Amino acid sequence: MIIDHPLLGPRDSAEFTYMGDARLIDRPDPDAETAAQDFYEYGYLRGNPAGWHDELWFHEAGDRSWLVVTRNTLTHEISKVQLARDVARSRGRSK
Amino acid sequence: MRYSGFKVIKEALTGHKGWTPAWRDPAPQSHYDIVIIGGGGHGLATAYYLAKQYRQKRVAVLEKGWIGGGNVGRNTTIIRSNYLLDGNEPFYEFSLKLWEGLEQDFNYNAMISQRGILNLIHSDAQRDAFIRRGNAMILNGADAEMLTTEQIKARYPFLNTDDARFPIKGGLAQHRGGTVRHDAVAWGYARGADGHGVDIIQNCEVTGFRIENGKCLGVETTKGFIGAGKVGCAVAGSSSRLMSKADMRLPMESHVLQAFVSEGLKPVLPGVITFGAGHFYCSQSDKGGLVFGGDLDGYNSYAQRGNLPVVEDVCEGGMAIFPAFGRARLLRMWGGIMDMSMDGSPIIDRTHIDGLYFNGGWCYGGFKATPASGFCFAHLLATDTPHPTATAYRFDRFEKGLMIDEKGMGNQPNLH
Repeated sequence: MIIDHPLLGPRDSAEFTYMGDARLIDRPDPDAETAAQDFYEYGYLRGNPAGWHDELWFHEAGDRSWLVVTRNTLTHEISKVQLARDVARSRGRSK
Repeated sequence: MRYSGFKVIKEALTGHKGWTPAWRDPAPQSHYDIVIIGGGGHGLATAYYLAKQYRQKRVAVLEKGWIGGGNVGRNTTIIRSNYLLDGNEPFYEFSLKLWEGLEQDFNYNAMISQRGILNLIHSDAQRDAFIRRGNAMILNGADAEMLTTEQIKARYPFLNTDDARFPIKGGLAQHRGGTVRHDAVAWGYARGADGHGVDIIQNCEVTGFRIENGKCLGVETTKGFIGAGKVGCAVAGSSSRLMSKADMRLPMESHVLQAFVSEGLKPVLPGVITFGAGHFYCSQSDKGGLVFGGDLDGYNSYAQRGNLPVVEDVCEGGMAIFPAFGRARLLRMWGGIMDMSMDGSPIIDRTHIDGLYFNGGWCYGGFKATPASGFCFAHLLATDTPHPTATAYRFDRFEKGLMIDEKGMGNQPNLH
């Protein structure tokens, strides 16, 4: 698979480490009443769709940026690659 | 029809006209006591033990394709019980004991061959870990033997024990481990289940569950609605897809694992050898092909095919430990979809929906577990209590922090 890095251009997926479901960006509030249940779901019940999937890839052997890759788990086709930082900021995170 | 040597000779003398199909091809009935979804090794084994051991009369297995077309026909055929943790080892030892009596039990030649498995050691830390593992195995009634470098040299003279990067410092052997003809496991269980009255319905995909007031009443399929007192799901890599139809989210990811087989060679490799440090393991099939594999590709996939970086990685591992195999040509390579759970161990449990039961999360260790998985799932379905060797395989262990994490990797499925 070739991942089209937003900053570096097309890179071999072997340069990356895979972290899974991009919903890991949305860490629950540890002070919430439901924190225990929220963190259980956050940690263990991740998305596992057959089809399009937003997922985190870490460019470990490259610029060490985190990416959100939209990839089809049935065909391995990649439709979109964003910097995880941009995705997190667009959801209201400071960084 | 019972198979025997006498029967083979009789048929040979009478033109082989007396053989009948090994199982029927029935149309689904409108209602069963128990419906098993998934006609793979685990689903067929479950049906077999339900009918034979637990005397259930009205059982059906639903398979969306043909039986044995999934992971039971895609694995590298190894059986072993060399686990460490209390939640796992008694279960896998129970499985190995069932393997040892399986062919007589279901009257089918599954070519079970206890040729032994050897895990190689290259460092002091690895030796300590394997001694601990071997002791855990012995405590649970399994066999384990630590081999010295000299013993390994004597048994496997082709191994280079003095390699500069990975010198072989010993190994953990389980002599009762070995290999099995994997397709024959599916066929043997199918034939055995059918002989005890189980309906095996192929080309019948489950499209949904009929759930009313928190109770599962049956399944919607491409062959119409089939009512069921209990529904058991054993669909491995498709678990998340199937259970999402019951609005369930599972603590697992589906990953692709590749496997490889070379052209047929004369006998060169006795037993199974694992080279964990190099992410490689290998055995030789009775037909002569070197059957080998390595790590997961490492990303979620339902594609049943992998990519080239892992092919390269596996072949590098192979060349590092067995340079001679570089002369063999690769015959086939393929991928299967692993139901990778969040702690690397399986789930055999009830769901929160009355009458709906789940069996999955086998990671890449499902084949060796087939008999015990079927037996324990049948026990759960028939008695509503977990089998004594499978009490730890609960859904709520993640919530409660009772993980069974053999490798200590945490909730990162692609590392288990």
